[in-house]
Amino acid sequence: MSSPEARLKLLHISKRYPSVVANDDISLSVMPGEIHAILGENGAGKSTLMKIIYGAVKADSGEMLWDGRQVNVSNPAQARRLGIGMVFQHFSLFETLSVVENIALVLDEAFDLAALAVRVKEVSERYGLPLDPHRLVHSLSVGERQRVEIVRCLLQDPKLLILDEPTSVLTPQAVQKLFETLRRLASEGVSILYISHKLHEIQSLCDSATIMRGGKVTGTAIPRDETPASLARMMIGRELPVCVAPPYHGPVHPVLQVERLSLASDDPFGTSLKDISLTVNAGEIVGIAGISGNGQAELLAALSGETTVDREAVWLAGEAVGHLDAGRRRDRGLVFVPEERLGRGAVPALSLARNALLTGHRQGMKRWGLVAFDKAQAFAEQCIARFDVRCGGPGAAARSLSGGNLQKFIVGREIMLAPKLMIVAQPTWGVDVGASAFLRQTLLDLSRSGVAILVISEELEELFEISDRIAVLAAGRLSAPQARELADAESVGLQMAGLFTDTDAEVSHAPA
Amino acid sequence: MHLLEPRAQPSQLMRWTAPLIAIAATLLVGSVLFWALGKSPLDSFHVFFVEPLTTGYGWSELLIKACPLILIAQGLAIGFKARIYNIGAEGQLIVGALFGGGIGIAYGETGAAWVLPAMVVAGAIGGALWGAIPALLKTRFNAEETLTTLMLTYVASHLLSYMMHGPWRDPEGMNFPQSILFDDAALFGLLVEGFRINSSLWIVIFAVLAFWLFNARSFLAYRLEVGGLAPAAARYAGFPAKQTVWFSLVISGLTAGLAGVGEVAGPVGQLNLNISPGYGFAAIIVAYLGRLHPLGIVLAGTLMALIYLGGEAAQLSLQMPAAITGIFQGMLLFFLLGADAFIDNRLRRRAR
Repeated sequence: MSSPEARLKLLHISKRYPSVVANDDISLSVMPGEIHAILGENGAGKSTLMKIIYGAVKADSGEMLWDGRQVNVSNPAQARRLGIGMVFQHFSLFETLSVVENIALVLDEAFDLAALAVRVKEVSERYGLPLDPHRLVHSLSVGERQRVEIVRCLLQDPKLLILDEPTSVLTPQAVQKLFETLRRLASEGVSILYISHKLHEIQSLCDSATIMRGGKVTGTAIPRDETPASLARMMIGRELPVCVAPPYHGPVHPVLQVERLSLASDDPFGTSLKDISLTVNAGEIVGIAGISGNGQAELLAALSGETTVDREAVWLAGEAVGHLDAGRRRDRGLVFVPEERLGRGAVPALSLARNALLTGHRQGMKRWGLVAFDKAQAFAEQCIARFDVRCGGPGAAARSLSGGNLQKFIVGREIMLAPKLMIVAQPTWGVDVGASAFLRQTLLDLSRSGVAILVISEELEELFEISDRIAVLAAGRLSAPQARELADAESVGLQMAGLFTDTDAEVSHAPA
Repeated sequence: MHLLEPRAQPSQLMRWTAPLIAIAATLLVGSVLFWALGKSPLDSFHVFFVEPLTTGYGWSELLIKACPLILIAQGLAIGFKARIYNIGAEGQLIVGALFGGGIGIAYGETGAAWVLPAMVVAGAIGGALWGAIPALLKTRFNAEETLTTLMLTYVASHLLSYMMHGPWRDPEGMNFPQSILFDDAALFGLLVEGFRINSSLWIVIFAVLAFWLFNARSFLAYRLEVGGLAPAAARYAGFPAKQTVWFSLVISGLTAGLAGVGEVAGPVGQLNLNISPGYGFAAIIVAYLGRLHPLGIVLAGTLMALIYLGGEAAQLSLQMPAAITGIFQGMLLFFLLGADAFIDNRLRRRAR
């Protein structure tokens, strides 16, 4: 029996870092046209393995076969020449260059920028990933930056495409569209390595799966033959935790009121906010869905006070606070977890204790203008213990923590400030499955203690899991929030794409 | 091809070792320089760095020169931490000297005990006002403070020149551009008879302690540090950015103004065109050499004072040009910045 040659075969790959074994004796093979899932939690070693394939990291031992021949990929340029394309989870884009210039940089051939811009536009539209080739990357949101990465891979006609959690920033419709694209690519013979921890995506898309945990392969499976529960067990070694939303019986009164907030963006590529109204009551979580770049950054800054607006546009516990800066709004019971953890939510070079002081100084950490560093230290220690932050203690620099652990620290710090209103952007971005469930449950419990919570997220599943009401922010407009029981992923997804069903629907295409 | 790429975790140990490396490199290149000029490096260094300290008078002179450098650098370091770059301390020193000196000229002959304290206060106000102008320009019009502070230095020195050639010229000074010699009531008292070191030393010691406490414990210093390290985090936390600008520029102007009074009411004893041998600029080097730390600045200021003294000695004993002081200051800054670049970054061969 002659079986066709595998496109990619890995044999006994191992990679050790000083403190951790990232990959321990990993073997897998991918056939031409196969969509192969790599399933595992953050820290399971998926990204390291993919970087080894892509030549960005060198394995300590093991072999790699490409179309049956042994290859030694020593750098990404060589990987690209073989036909390996990779969309990284963390982007490698130059902020001061435009989209098309960034794409031109990784092409290993001569290029004509104008012609390339046209191609970029074509490809991006064909795959439902709209991009303006001439925008500067620094003005793009996280979601839009990922689009650039995907499009730049597709331009290189890859034979093997590696996608590292590509759907976290896409609408359900766009996910379906991407899946169609990936299936088409597969039918054309392109092999796809699809990294994810989303079980239903893997079940609907992938032909086979390799499951990793703690740097080892813990199983291989045909996803369609498995149940989510059985996949989850292989992935996290236990049952997938489920969030529970207990009913709220406390007093219901509005804590955050946004009234006809309009805001022109300073950034020429930013999104202006148009006539946004919203109420968040004590004891509930309101979720705002939408793809970043649709006014999320502007809305968050206007709510947190980093941008001040008209006095009467934002109300906090019955007081007009639109004109107050972030510090004064925090004095009145607002806390905020931003999307950017390093550099905004925390100062990278400072210790966790000093980062506790950043917003925690209101908790009796200062007296006569002098700081009580022992109190900041105790606060940080308590936060680390209560929210299971894995780190070297309160003296560890914020930048030494992994993204998920720093997020736990920041969320924990803000919760410990005993807020009336909590605003959270992307609560579980980059946080592993177990910790995500913990954070979501923490938010639910906090809301049931009478705190009003506003969550802005690109992850629809997450919003449906924790929100009492869901609204959609698209192109700077906010839809009317719907109770979760009445909302469905389909209609929310349509709204995310900018198709409001109410007043904004553009139905009049005047026939000639 | 080689590239500098940022280090994930710059070493704190090296951060404090860098000044020593810079000093060593300066001495090394300095000895090559002496050797090239046909002088014995060892003898030259003896003249430069040892001889000034062999007498009590030399130590007194060292303190006199170290005091203004340390005082100014303390103020500058506050702003540098917050990334507010006041490089016009020289001008703020001059305006402080003019404010304080003006009181000395007008009221010195009364002999009243309040004259000197009034001069100190006026000098502080003058320097602070000169620092407040760039603060206003930055907060109002977003004007870069590196430019405005530097340009205002030239305005200040022309102001001094005008006052010295015009209104405040000593009528009996044979047309030299200088004021009358101050009366005793307008001068700091000498600490030890026969030496020039005076009671302004207490102001400097008090300032060092105050800045040390401020840096180690105050919430305002923390806010300034956050503003310098991560401006978005400062905005996120709601730390007012304009206040940072005002505070940094006014406090550094104030210390420079105090240093100006220390000069005119101390070793200079009058207003003239040479009240500062570039202390305001040298203090920038002192601040960085001292790692923006109040106690580090004391050590760095003392070293810089020694370079001033050594430069004078080298002119006298070795017939070296006056530029020798500037060369040593420049080398020190150059090697320090070079060492810092390699603490924050590492050299890496670019993969082809």
